[in-house]
Amino acid sequence: MTSEQLAWKIRRHGVEMTHLSGGSHIGAVMSVADVIAVLYAEILNFDIENPKSENRDRFILSKGHAGAAIYAALAESGFFETEELKTHYQNGSRLSGHVSHHVPGVDFSTGSLGHGLSAAAGMALAAKQDGKSHKNYVILGDGECNEGSVWEAALFAVHFGLDNLICIVDHNKMQSLDFCDNTLSSTPLAGIWQSFGWNVIEIDGNSHDQCRESLKSIQANGKPTVIIANTIKGKGVSYMENDILWHYRFPHDGWEYDMAVSELHKAKPDGVEDPYTPDGIINPAIPPEDADIFKDHTMSATYKPTWFGKEKQL
Amino acid sequence: MRDTFIRTLTELADKNPNIEVVSGDLGFGVLKPFWESHPNQFVNAGIAEQNLTSVAAGMALEGKTVFTYSIGNFPTLRCLEQIRNDCAYHDANVKVICVGGGFVYGSLGMSHHATEDIAIMRSLPNVTIFCPGDLVEAEAVTRAIADYPGTCYVRLGRGGEKQIHSSLPDFEIGKAIPVSKGEKIAIFSTGAIFEEIEEAKDILRKSGINPTVYTFPTVKPIDTKVIKEIASTHDIIVTCEEHNLPGGFGSAVAEVLAEVPNHARLVRIGMNDQYCTLVGDQKYLRHQYGMSGKKIAERIIFEVK
Repeated sequence: MTSEQLAWKIRRHGVEMTHLSGGSHIGAVMSVADVIAVLYAEILNFDIENPKSENRDRFILSKGHAGAAIYAALAESGFFETEELKTHYQNGSRLSGHVSHHVPGVDFSTGSLGHGLSAAAGMALAAKQDGKSHKNYVILGDGECNEGSVWEAALFAVHFGLDNLICIVDHNKMQSLDFCDNTLSSTPLAGIWQSFGWNVIEIDGNSHDQCRESLKSIQANGKPTVIIANTIKGKGVSYMENDILWHYRFPHDGWEYDMAVSELHKAKPDGVEDPYTPDGIINPAIPPEDADIFKDHTMSATYKPTWFGKEKQL
Repeated sequence: MRDTFIRTLTELADKNPNIEVVSGDLGFGVLKPFWESHPNQFVNAGIAEQNLTSVAAGMALEGKTVFTYSIGNFPTLRCLEQIRNDCAYHDANVKVICVGGGFVYGSLGMSHHATEDIAIMRSLPNVTIFCPGDLVEAEAVTRAIADYPGTCYVRLGRGGEKQIHSSLPDFEIGKAIPVSKGEKIAIFSTGAIFEEIEEAKDILRKSGINPTVYTFPTVKPIDTKVIKEIASTHDIIVTCEEHNLPGGFGSAVAEVLAEVPNHARLVRIGMNDQYCTLVGDQKYLRHQYGMSGKKIAERIIFEVK
């Protein structure tokens, strides 16, 4: 499967999984889908027969709320049946909303932000000590970079020369309530990582070519590498893109689901089967006039503190 | 006790190259022999306990036995979620070492008093908890956990603790250690407060009280067998801990007692749900908060009357 095909599958599974479960975080699944697809299709060395094989590349999705993307990538890579994806969030399922290491192919459970980079650094350090040559990958969210522990880990990785550690920041510019810059502004993100001493590569994180080239270009030069992957939250479904509503809302029955599936079908690469709606949706519902669509749902749209100073008004 | 731990660990690290110490920028003058003799098994992670603890988890998942080393509340409360999610939940082979349980750093102030750590760590599944009572227990615990899988918490004294046991050939994780056999009153202690029990015992004997004494180097899993047995053969069980009472060692004993009929009455000695606001050394603070040998003896005499 090409990375483009896998990315499409991740998005399609993500829409179906959150639709069926009423689960959150579809926006994050959509933004990170391309990076994850390139990793699983072309970069990561893994063995589905032996998920714990010693020379596999390690991978941690530190922004564990985008877990549906990993579960979809793992299932499509053969770690388990894609049919199981429908159990996401359900009673008795293995597929918790946030990433669980009880699922084959998952190296580390996440869900509380700010843990994954440290754990990956520990794995990278152990690999250095033991002379192992595999790589250690971790994906962070840009909102996650609010967590102080990220920067503890950032210092640590540079100090110990962990050039076998590759961090990708899914820089979709949004976090829980608003744009990152309206929350705890931390731009330019690349500059901050640079000042911590990392190799920094900045790319369009929804471009497979750029993901592929940047990941393949990394040389061991005594420093860890961070790829700032500029992405679009909700990428692939127009009404989800850059709308914070879709950090939490799931595609409901009716126009939300129909429009998401129809838009995905318009961009479906050749050779990919949609396991849920093979022919797309005939006569899809369209948003009614009063639909809550293309509106500003950010906190700053309604949060107007007076003490903040006019020049700093959000 | 700290020195005993380091000496034992250094010896173990000679034989086991997978043993790793990750310090939170602490151990001046103490860890030097370790990093000199085992430079490839030592990392100073700086003053960053959250990162340190997750790094340890990552290393442990790669096959290492990682000892995280810091003082007071820094290796536990500061990075509690990292212990919970990254170490305990993953059954990671991380041994969290705290130097300075209770009032060890007495004069340094409240920030440095580890007086809720047992309660908080005890509430985490998959964490085995040790509070060695003397140098012999400290050595036995260190040896035992190096071979014991999963996440452990070890609460050590700093220095100056005595050797009370002559030796512990039968040390076993989860087993209380009988120290003296008496009648009616039984004293259970955990951690370095053990030395105060020895003092209390001398005072009690002069008042005609001959207590049974056990130490509990393992707080979790607690030795329910010994607790139940003593509860049925004695009138009063007194627990002593250099720690706050809610959720601590005495609470662990209470949980066992509450589930058996007709048990001995329980008297818990420790901090009475308070922070220490006084300034002074460990001995002084123990006395002020009712945990010196003299105060323990007085409390027991009061309870007996």
